[in-house]
Amino acid sequence: MSNPRSRRRRVPLAVSAGIAATALALSGCSGSGTDAESADGPVDLRMTVWTADEAQLALFQEIADAYVDENPDLVSSVKFEPIPFEDYTTTLTTQLAGDNAPDLAWILESYAPEFVASGALTDIAPTLKDTDGYDYDDLMDSSLELWQKDDGLYAYPFSNSPFAMFVNTDQLEAAGQPNPADLVESGDWTFDAARDMSAAAAETSGKEGLVVRDFDFKAWEVLASVWGGWDAAPWSADGQTCTFADPAMTDVMTWIHDAIFEQGAMPKPGTTADFFAGDAAMTITQISRASSLDDSFGWDLVPLPAGPEGQQNVIGQAGIGVFANAAHPTIAADFLAYFTNPENAEKLATYFPPPRESLLNAETLAEANPKLSEEQLQNVVVEGIKDATTKPTHKNFAKLQDAVRQQLDDLWTADADVSSVLSDTCSAIEPLLEG
Amino acid sequence: MVTTTAAVLAGDTAKRRGRGKRPRRSAATRGDWIVGYTMVAPVVLGSLAFVIVPLVTVFWYSLHDWNVLANTFTFAGGENYERMLSDQGLHDSLLASLWFSIGLVILNIALALFLAVMLNQKLPGTTTFRTFFFSPVVVSLVAWTIVWSFLLQADGGINGFLNLLGIHGPNWLRGDFTAMLAVIVVQVFKNVGMNMILFLAALQGVPEELMEAARIDGARAWRRFWSITVPMISPTILLVSILTIVGSLEVFAQIDVLTQGGPGNSTTVLVYYLYQQAFQFNDFGYASAVSVLLFIIVLILTLLQWQTRKRWVFNEN
Repeated sequence: MSNPRSRRRRVPLAVSAGIAATALALSGCSGSGTDAESADGPVDLRMTVWTADEAQLALFQEIADAYVDENPDLVSSVKFEPIPFEDYTTTLTTQLAGDNAPDLAWILESYAPEFVASGALTDIAPTLKDTDGYDYDDLMDSSLELWQKDDGLYAYPFSNSPFAMFVNTDQLEAAGQPNPADLVESGDWTFDAARDMSAAAAETSGKEGLVVRDFDFKAWEVLASVWGGWDAAPWSADGQTCTFADPAMTDVMTWIHDAIFEQGAMPKPGTTADFFAGDAAMTITQISRASSLDDSFGWDLVPLPAGPEGQQNVIGQAGIGVFANAAHPTIAADFLAYFTNPENAEKLATYFPPPRESLLNAETLAEANPKLSEEQLQNVVVEGIKDATTKPTHKNFAKLQDAVRQQLDDLWTADADVSSVLSDTCSAIEPLLEG
Repeated sequence: MVTTTAAVLAGDTAKRRGRGKRPRRSAATRGDWIVGYTMVAPVVLGSLAFVIVPLVTVFWYSLHDWNVLANTFTFAGGENYERMLSDQGLHDSLLASLWFSIGLVILNIALALFLAVMLNQKLPGTTTFRTFFFSPVVVSLVAWTIVWSFLLQADGGINGFLNLLGIHGPNWLRGDFTAMLAVIVVQVFKNVGMNMILFLAALQGVPEELMEAARIDGARAWRRFWSITVPMISPTILLVSILTIVGSLEVFAQIDVLTQGGPGNSTTVLVYYLYQQAFQFNDFGYASAVSVLLFIIVLILTLLQWQTRKRWVFNEN
C-alpha cells in the first residue's frame, strides 16, 4: 500500500503531465501541411493584397469566380485577404513564420530582391509560357527585370504606376506663376523651376509648396523620384557599394535640404500637408492617386521635372508571387496565369498600369482613368513607364531602410552638414550592403 | 494575549497529533478533491498553453538561426546570445529603455501620488476630477497616441498653445531628447489615472486616529505625510512600482505610432528593437534571444523589488 502523502504528490504531477502533454500537442507543430494538390477534390486558394478598395476587390473576385467556374474540379474558391499597407510585409512574414503562407501574395518592389533571392517564391515562368493565349512575349522586359533570377520569373509585376507631378493650378495662378504644362511644352520644366514656383505659391497661400508624398522624413526611398534628375542612386547597380556620398547624391540632397530649410519650397519635418486636400501647390506621387481628386480646386498632371542630368521616369511596381511553401503552388500558378492573361490584364488596367506592351496605350488606359485626359495618360503614363527606373531595391532592403532612415534623421535639421551626414550614412550601411 | 497564544499552540499540537492517525478519506473528500482540481484546471491549462509553452518555445527558437523567407531553421547554439554582446543597436536600445523607464517611473508615480493626495481632500468637485484623470485609462491606446501625434507636430496643438504664450515650441518628435520626453509624457498621461486610483484607495485606508494623534503631538502636514502616510501606503507604492517598471519595459504602440524608434535610434526601446528584428528583418532566432533577455530583465527587476520590500514596505518585516 502506498503512502497517501506520496500518492497525493503523484496525482497532481500526473495531472500536470497530462495537461502539459495536451497543451504541447495542441500547441505543437502543425506540420508542413499535406500536399493538398495530391488530394482528391478542388482546393481553396488565398491571395493577400494591400488594397481594401471595394471596386478593386470586386473585380478580382469576378475574375476569380470565372476561373472557379471554368475549373470546378481544380479550385472551389479563391479568397482575397486585404492587409493594411503599413503592416503588409510584416503581416505576410508573420504568416510565413506561422506556417500559414498564402497561396499567392502581392509583393512590394522594395522587397522584391529579398523575396526572389530567398527561394520563398516559386518560378512562374514555365506556367505562364505554357498557358494557351498568354502571350508571354508581350510582357515588357523592363517590367520583369526586378522579379527575375537566372531564367526564372518569381512574380508577375501587375502594377507599374509612374511617379508624376500633380499641380494645384489655382494656387500657382494666384501666386502669378506660369502653368507647368506650358513649361513642359517649352522644355523648361525643371526641378529648379518647380522649387521656385512652389516657394512662391506657398508664400502667397500660406500653405505648403512641393510635397514628396509618403516621404514624411522616414520613407527616404520615395526621394528616388527626385534623385533621377541628378542621376543619383543610394548604391551601385550590383548593390555592393554605397553611393550616398557620391557628388551626384550630395548635390541632390543639398538641393532638397535647401528647398526645405532655405527656400521654404518643401514642408519642414513634423508638418503635415495633403495636396489632395488643397494643402500644397504640388506633389510628386503615383498616378493611381488621381482618384483622390475632386473638383474643389484646379489641377493638372505633368511628368516629373528634369534635373541637371535630364529627366528620368520612375515607377512604383508591385508583383504577385506564388509561395513555394504554400499548400497548392501549382494550382496557384495556374490561377495566376488566368488572372493575368491578356483579357484579364486589360480589366486590371482599370486600376493598375499593366506590364503588357499591347495594353500600354492612351486609349486603353483612358477607359480606366476617367479623370485623366488621353494627353495626360500618353505623356505621363505611357511614356512614363517606358525606360523607367524603380525605387531603390536590395536583397537586404529592410535593414537598409532602417539604417539609412536613422542616419538621414541628422540631415533634416536647418544646420545639417549634408556631406558629413551622407558620408556617415555610407559608413553605416556598407556592412549591410556587403552582407 | 497569553490565553490566545495557548489556545493557538494547543490547536497546533492537536493538528500534529492528528497527522499520525489520518482518517480514511471519505467519498465526499474525494469528490472535493476532484472538484478542486477541476476548478483550477482552466488556470493551469491557460498558464501552460499561453505562458509556459511559449516561454520554452521562445527559448528553443533563440538557439536557432531562423529566416522565415528562406524557410531555414538551423541550430545555432549560443550564437544569438554571443551576437548580443557585440550588437551596438541592442546596447543603444537597452540604454533607451533605461531612460524611458527612469523617466516614466519617476513622473508617473510622483504625479499619481500628487493627484491622489489632492483628490483625497474632502472638497467639492473631486469626483469630477477623479473621472477626468482616470478617463484616459479606458481610451484605446492607439487612438490616444494618434491624437497626441497630431498635437506634437511642429505646427500642432501644443506648439500652437505655446505660441499663444509667446513661446516658440520645439519640433517635439524630431529631437532626441524631446522625442523621448514626448513618448514618456504620452504614456504618463495615459496610465497615471490607474495609479492615482490605487494610491487613492490606499490613502483612504490610512487610519484617521494616527493622523489625529500626530496632529495632537504637533506634527506638521509634511511630517505627517512622510512619517505616517508614506509608510502606511508603502505596499501600494511597491505594487505601483512593479506595475510601472514592468509596463515601461513593454512599451511598443506609442513608439510605433509616434517615432518609429527615431530620430536616429533615440527612442528604439528594447521591445521595439525586438519587433524590428523579428517582423521587419525576419530574424526570428535573434529576436527570440532578445525576448529571452527582456524576460530575464523583467524577472530580475521584479524579484529585486520583491526581495527589498522588507526594508521599505510597512508590515513586511
